[in-house]
Amino acid sequence: MLFLQFTILTFVTVTATAVVLTRDPAKQAIGISFYGLVMALMFFIFQAPDVALSQIVIGAVALPLMILLALTKIRRHEEEQRERKEKKSA
Amino acid sequence: MIFFLLSAAVFGGVYLWGLKGLPPMGHYRGPYGDVLNQVATYERHVTDIVTAVNFDYRGFDTLGEEFILFMSVVGGTVLLRRQREEEKSEHKDQALSDESPERQAPEPSDATRVLTLGLVGPLVVFGLYMVAHGQLTPGGGFQGGVILATAPLLVYLGGDLKKFKQITSHTLVEVAEAAGAGGYLAIGFAGLILGGAYLRNVAALGRTGMINSGGTIALINLATGLEVAAGFVLLLYAFLEQTLEIRLRGGK
Repeated sequence: MLFLQFTILTFVTVTATAVVLTRDPAKQAIGISFYGLVMALMFFIFQAPDVALSQIVIGAVALPLMILLALTKIRRHEEEQRERKEKKSA
Repeated sequence: MIFFLLSAAVFGGVYLWGLKGLPPMGHYRGPYGDVLNQVATYERHVTDIVTAVNFDYRGFDTLGEEFILFMSVVGGTVLLRRQREEEKSEHKDQALSDESPERQAPEPSDATRVLTLGLVGPLVVFGLYMVAHGQLTPGGGFQGGVILATAPLLVYLGGDLKKFKQITSHTLVEVAEAAGAGGYLAIGFAGLILGGAYLRNVAALGRTGMINSGGTIALINLATGLEVAAGFVLLLYAFLEQTLEIRLRGGK
């Protein structure tokens, strides 16, 4: 059991560092999804299944999705504003 | 750099000092957890003590948390509403894709479709099970609600925004959201009306291990499940609409 706990804690540390070191936001969203999954596993191993169940859906699905949608919106917004300016100057 | 080293040293010192004061792993010091583990099953006829704590012993705190979620959903939808200089994309085919053909999102593959559609049914059943068995097994209204909310998301992933809108009704989800949040409040008032404290467990406790055990714990679980599921679908709706359909006026 202790070995399992030690392994999963190491894994959490590694994935968390990887998320921080990723610079591209889109890739980061995928990374944070994997990190959420590892966190859920950690909660499960530390005997907190209630928390693990919330974490797995929120951390691995909802949060990355909202980040990705927000990124898409920002890019789209920038494109539209550029188009608008071009139209005005033309 | 010198500031970083200085603050890192201070942080490291305080952190280690704090670590030294922690009890060894697996050795819980406080009295409440042990007491509750002894008495909760006897007092409330439930087998999942975590749910009993969340929805009964500290039900008032959870009510506050519930309204944090409620308010963030309201805030999110207000922020993502269509604003004066924005409009819904007019062209039907354009509404679901980018303007330039090379940036169009590819159609979901057959494998994705089969997998997502196959998962929708089991997910809904599992979510309902989670909500209904909160007092018996790990999980409960919140976890079950979130799982339920991922079902329409899967439909969007396997299909498109149109399919997502076909299976969710915005009005219905709004009503469910309000009913869930209000239901929690109302169940609390039942305790007051019957001559006790707010959120007192006044319903019949039932037999331990049965699905109708736990009294108001089970009822609050249902209300929470409704609120959380509806809240997340509402947020998804707002996000997807804002991202895929709404654009600046006169953009194209």
